[in-house]
Formats: sequence, structure tokens, C-alpha cells
Amino acid sequence: MRITEDQVLLRVRYITANRLRAWVERGWVTPLKGEAGDEYDEIDVARIDLIRQLRDDLAIEPDTVPVLLSMMDQVYSLRRELRCVMRAIDSQPENVRTVIVTEIEKIRSS
Amino acid sequence: MSKSPYEVLGVDKKASDDEIRKAYRKLAKSLHPDLNPGDKEAEERFKEVSAAFAIIGDAKKRAAYDRGEIDETGAERPQWQSYRQYADTDARHHYHTNAGYEDFADLGDIFGDLFGKGARARAGPIRGADVRYHLRIGFLEAARGEKKRVTMPDGKSLDVTIPRGVADGATVRLKGKGGPGRQGAPAGDALIEIEIEPHPVFTRDGLDVLIDLPIALDEAVLGGKVDVPTVGGRVSMTVPAGVNSGRVMRLKGRGIKDRSGRQGDQLVRLMIAAPGKIDDELKDFMSKWRSGHAYDPRRFLKGAT
Repeated sequence: MRITEDQVLLRVRYITANRLRAWVERGWVTPLKGEAGDEYDEIDVARIDLIRQLRDDLAIEPDTVPVLLSMMDQVYSLRRELRCVMRAIDSQPENVRTVIVTEIEKIRSS
Repeated sequence: MSKSPYEVLGVDKKASDDEIRKAYRKLAKSLHPDLNPGDKEAEERFKEVSAAFAIIGDAKKRAAYDRGEIDETGAERPQWQSYRQYADTDARHHYHTNAGYEDFADLGDIFGDLFGKGARARAGPIRGADVRYHLRIGFLEAARGEKKRVTMPDGKSLDVTIPRGVADGATVRLKGKGGPGRQGAPAGDALIEIEIEPHPVFTRDGLDVLIDLPIALDEAVLGGKVDVPTVGGRVSMTVPAGVNSGRVMRLKGRGIKDRSGRQGDQLVRLMIAAPGKIDDELKDFMSKWRSGHAYDPRRFLKGAT
């Protein structure tokens, strides 16, 4: 279920409308643009809270935030791709799996 | 998305407790199962209305709902979850990126295809951000597909081609219509999530279209040809003699056709509608008919209680 900006402000502590809008403006958070205003998913709410922690608790400079977010997005995306590959290997017959694992170990230690 | 308790009771979000109570009483009175015996629809509505009042009729729960802490069923939503719980999953989300794999293409065609898609990021110039929009369109617009110019909430005017047979919740991508790129890099895309408005007559089940078709008493008994509206226009359908309410007829290939050429059917549920006024002739005929042909359509229900 998606929630409105007002609901986000009620749910995430220490966030003002101006602050949230500035983050959306910079593309750090990408809510859905609906007819009645921006609509936020659960992942957006969690991301807003993450940015708040980076800024307030960890004192990360504004210019550094997008760099960190981009790195995080890439890491999570990579982990997802890796899980896909692992799942594909896992669904292969025993002998194919063995060949692949042996090959991976060979390449790694070379 | 299911209806909010405010929508169920037909009140404004800012309505006072008193207004909510009044709206609930009015609906409850007209829908109460004991006042509408056997009316399944009223019973369902009554349950919905009661559930809605259980939330926004209670000051504490209403406040919790307004803050988004509980949903319309009253179930609690998690207070706080780390970003990782949402981002590090197999479910696709809009912060997922395929950027940065272009050097993987050297590994061979298979991996180039797998990881090359959308891998356009280069050092220096930065591609513009994707902008996500939400667009409500009519049921028939979605079924037939069309081109339309829409003004988005941020004031941007976009020409959107709605693909024929688009599904509710599908996303239409407009290349280069998102945020501008930096240092000459390409602009991002506009991602438009489609919401299909409900239609008063048609409902959709995938590519199939469902409709309730009222038929006259004589048509139910004698059968005959009837006109049925479909998303492609009116179609003539033969009703077999002696049908019952609830019987579903299938009009092959009269549902929704999508872009890949897949074609759904229309499912027509027959509903026998008695004439509004029972005249003397019908009354006389039925009385005579009953004396010699009485039957019990409820014979199967005998053992039910």
C-alpha cells in the first residue's frame, strides 16, 4: 500500500516537508508522482529513514549522500544478480554444479 | 488497493467523530443482515462497513490509521524496518540498478545480454534520473489502447501511448522523458504506472472480461438471441432455453486483446430479471401453471441445517 507525503512525515521522525522535498528534488528518493501528490512505498519510507540516519546520526555531508546511495544501490543490485546466478547453478544437475564450482575455484586462485 | 475506511463510510478524511458515527448508523440501518434476509451483497457491505467503523469509529485506532501504523483491516504495519530489508531482496524495486556492467560484455554474448541491458553509466556525465508517475485511465482506454497527451502533477506534458490491453499496475516507459542528464549525458526515463478505473458494467480478470447480463423471464424460459455489450462493441448471443441465474456463457475471443496478440474471452453471467410490474395475465397464468407443475428448486437445501 502506498502512502502520502503527510503520512510519511508522521511516520518518519525528525523529517520536515522541506527536507523531504529537497531529497526528492535531488533524486535521492523517487516517489511515484500521482494526481493527488507524491506516493511512497514501504521501501521509500525505509530509504528516507536511512538518509536521515546518514545525515543526522553519522554526520555525512550532503554531497556524499548520493555517492553512498549509489554505492548501496549497486551493492544490493549486485547481490541480487549474484543470487540469481547462484540459484541458476543450484538448479543444475549434480555433475554440472561440480564442474562450475571447480572452475570458479580455479579462476579464483589463478 | 482496497478501499480506505473513509471511502467505505463515504465520509471525508477530516470528518468529525460525530459525522463518522452518523454515516455508519445510516449505512448500518440500511444494510443490516436482519433487515435484508438473504441479500448476500448487503451482508458483505455490512461487514465492510462494520470493519471500517471499528477503525475510524475509535479515536485511538483512527489516529493510528491516519499515521499509517495500521492498515484498513486493522493489522499492524511494521513500525520501522531497515532499508536493507527492502533493498536486499529478490523482488524488483525502483532503486535496483543495472548500471556499471558494460565491461562485462567482454566475457561473451550471454553475459553481455544478461548484464549489458541498461548498462549505460559512464564516468563523468551522469544519466538523468528516472521519474515515476501514476496515471489513472478508463477501463475502455486500457482495453483498446490509445495515444493521449497528459499533464503530469509536476506540470510536465507527456504524450503517452497506452498499449492495447495494458494490465492494471503495468508500467509504461517513455525513453528520455525523465530528469535531464548532466554534462551531455542522456536524460532519464519517465516511468508511468497505469491504474485502470473500474467500469460500471465490465470487470477484468486478466484478459477475460466479466459482465452480468440481465435477461427477461420469457428469454430464460424460451431462450433466444440477446444483444451483449463487449469491449469491441455489441455482439449477438444465443441464450439456451431454460437457463438459470448464475449460468455463465463464454463469448470466445471477445475479451481483451493485448499487444502480443493474446486474446481473452468475455464471460457473461446471466441474471434473470422479473418484470417490474406483474400484470393480471401473468399472475393468472402462473397460478394455473403452478397447480399442475409445481417444483421445489430448494430440494437440495433440505439437509443444510
